[in-house]
Amino acid sequence: MSAPVAASTAPRRSGTARRFLTNPQAMLSLLVLMVIAGLVVFAPLITQHSPTTAELRNAFGPPGGGHLLGFDSAGRDVWARLLYGGRNTLGGAALAVAVALVIGVPSGLAAGYHGGWFDSLASWWVNMIMALPAMVVLLASRAVLGPTVWVLMVVLGVLVAPSFFRLVRGTVAGMRGELYVDAARVFGLRDSRIIARHVLAVVRAPIIIQVALVAGMAIGLQAGLEFLGIGSGSLPTWGAMLNEAFTNIHREPLLMLWPGLALGVTSAALVLLASALRDVLEDRGTAPATGRRARRAAAVPPTERDGVGERADLLSVRDLAVAYTLADGTSTEVVHGVDLDVRRGEVLGLVGQSGSGKTQTAFSVLGLLPEGGRVSRGSVLLDGTEVVGAAERTLRGLRGDTVAYVPQEPMSNLDPAFTVGDHLTEPLRTKLGLSRAQARERALDLLQQVEIPDPARVMASYPHQISGGMAQRVLIAGAVSCDPDLLIADEPTTALDVTVQAEVLALLRRLQAERGMGVLLVTHNLGVVADLCDRVAVMREGGIVEVGATADLLTSPRDPYTRELLDAVLDDAPARAPWRPREVGTR
Amino acid sequence: MTGTSQGEQLPTVFPPDGTGTAEERVRARDALLDVRDLRVSFPGRGWRAPRVEVLDGVSLRIRPGETLGLVGESGSGKSTIGRAILGLAPVAGGTITFDGERVDNASRRRRRALSRDVQVVFQDPYTSLNPSLLIGDTLAEPLLAQGVSAREARGTVADLLDRVALPRDTVHRLPREFSGGQRQRVAIARALAVSPRLIVCDEPVSALDLTTQRTVMDLLTDIQERTGVAYLFVSHDLSVVRAVSHRVAVIHRGAIVESGEADMITRRPGHPYTRRLLLSAPVADPDRQRERRAEYERRFHAGAS
Repeated sequence: MSAPVAASTAPRRSGTARRFLTNPQAMLSLLVLMVIAGLVVFAPLITQHSPTTAELRNAFGPPGGGHLLGFDSAGRDVWARLLYGGRNTLGGAALAVAVALVIGVPSGLAAGYHGGWFDSLASWWVNMIMALPAMVVLLASRAVLGPTVWVLMVVLGVLVAPSFFRLVRGTVAGMRGELYVDAARVFGLRDSRIIARHVLAVVRAPIIIQVALVAGMAIGLQAGLEFLGIGSGSLPTWGAMLNEAFTNIHREPLLMLWPGLALGVTSAALVLLASALRDVLEDRGTAPATGRRARRAAAVPPTERDGVGERADLLSVRDLAVAYTLADGTSTEVVHGVDLDVRRGEVLGLVGQSGSGKTQTAFSVLGLLPEGGRVSRGSVLLDGTEVVGAAERTLRGLRGDTVAYVPQEPMSNLDPAFTVGDHLTEPLRTKLGLSRAQARERALDLLQQVEIPDPARVMASYPHQISGGMAQRVLIAGAVSCDPDLLIADEPTTALDVTVQAEVLALLRRLQAERGMGVLLVTHNLGVVADLCDRVAVMREGGIVEVGATADLLTSPRDPYTRELLDAVLDDAPARAPWRPREVGTR
Repeated sequence: MTGTSQGEQLPTVFPPDGTGTAEERVRARDALLDVRDLRVSFPGRGWRAPRVEVLDGVSLRIRPGETLGLVGESGSGKSTIGRAILGLAPVAGGTITFDGERVDNASRRRRRALSRDVQVVFQDPYTSLNPSLLIGDTLAEPLLAQGVSAREARGTVADLLDRVALPRDTVHRLPREFSGGQRQRVAIARALAVSPRLIVCDEPVSALDLTTQRTVMDLLTDIQERTGVAYLFVSHDLSVVRAVSHRVAVIHRGAIVESGEADMITRRPGHPYTRRLLLSAPVADPDRQRERRAEYERRFHAGAS
């Protein structure tokens, strides 16, 4: 399986910065936040009025005379209060975020990296804090610690620290098993350095995103507290302004507008920034039009080239091209005009290296290309039915009894929530309309056919309770359960040990011979081809370079690429000569 | 493992050195790495479950500049041997001696010093390089860990890239811009950075395409001939091991069942398990494969239910 990759293009160091600069949402929200922060920080330069000087004669006074937004109920300058209030509101939010970071990130790093008792203890604490209702704790702490914004914000910081802890711990625990962390240990790096270099680099992006979200939340919570009148009465904040304006809403509704606007714009900018950062840092970009509907819309009518010989009765592929839609909306073709034929009872090997398009070709026959992929031209006749552009209903009708599929990774193709029996009986009941008992009978029989020693026990097992080789046998049993005419096997033995591979190959050969199935065998292993296939098609870079009978192609290849592949086979490579001591001083 | 359990009963006693005949037995004083009776076990799953023995008394020796191929199937414990040598798996019993000095359960300080001599190349070139570090930083890492100045490290990194035949501008790029084979070259360059005397290669070519596999193997051999580094080459593929190793050891269920010179082990295997491994691997010649299959079925009754 290989998605199209645009390798060796464009330097990437500045990639993140460039993506950020070209993302309008990120730039706009950042600009808004910077303007707000600038206004708040340089408040004394912007207005010479004091936010606390009250002149009752000016109460509810209109704008004018250097008072940009007029006066509030106590005759204070609204513009000045807005600017200075922002200092407290934003400063408080920053304090909460800082406290949360200081508590959450190091403990998360330690818990995730080292695990063990610290992890258990910290996780237990975090769960307890998360179980506490934040509002109630804040109210209680105000009663105990006094009505200062700053203290409340520290408490809020402690309350939101778990979100950082869990984020960091989860990410770090996930990467603890990564090979590059092991490699760093082998290089003799200290844990502190491994964390600073490798771990922080990975958790940095999610932390930045979380900061923006938590900051928005802190501003909202704080404003809520102030609005309810449980902040500090004396300090000007946006929340307190809202509270005062609310009591006078009938007299001067406009007073509600300014703090509300400030809060709304700031929070919205933070949330938008967070979501833009997520796109930028996690490199999602805009998703291409995919999914069933898009695929349907993109489906092309089958096209046929003239004069490409007779088409085989079981599977006949003509001029097949597969294209993928990339993130930027352009599309790239990964299979360019493939012709293939599989006759009844014939085993065709499709070989090539990774990225050659062999799996894409197989998936096109099944009508199951991964997201973003589509058949862009050509025709696929499966037992006389056109697959390209066919309705989902038609395809469903073909799968199971006309065409069946054996995947590469047996384990990831069994649903861990269901038993082997469930996997096998489900298609029998829906496809063949068997009763529960009949389906069970048939499934047991199938497991016997694929040489599973204790079918009844395996039927009742969950996928994680059986070995990889066993899982592949189960999948083969499932694939042949509805007596398909064509079996598509995508690297069916690649994930298996070599001794298990030999047994699975023997099984496939026996089933194929007994049932007279046609098989399209996708593989990169020329030994497997020699073992099983009647004919071989060699793929390279999305095209077929050579087709022929197995014996001819493997012994006297015509195409230079086929020869290159065969030369790389190590079967006849000489063993290395015995070791000899090196002469001293040659190092 | 249920799929493989049918068939032969394995003998339980093997030569302690794992070597075949007396004249090719590696003398202890020649060995760069001497692993004796190594035991590793991991806690069982579930409460008070018995410990799972992964390695059950493994002995092997590697001489300077020698490649020992270690071949076995998944779950055989072959990777665990490498990880125990690297200090990544706990040693429950036995000894690991490197250059005359015990290194099993070494202190962290000792381990750091040892990392100058013993390095690693892992199987998966996709997860063995940190995706968010530039190649240059990844390559400089082992040098900086040894206290080399950043400036000096830069010069060495350029030199390393030359040695693995990668362009010098590679340093400014991220791992995702490279193919599997190129990444594996980076991983090899990283292992070479401190001029080690032993590199543990844990399935270094298994994730690569056939043709790429060949070039990476040639690169490893070439480097060995120039620098005299020794390899412990772990793989599941007998044909790969045969081509790169001076000697081959076969491991099955945590114990070495057979070892000896590469040509002998892969041409005239003495142990039934080795024979089974050899006959299981299909060859890319239909006629010979038919014979091989027939012999496999005759010996191991595969296909009979």
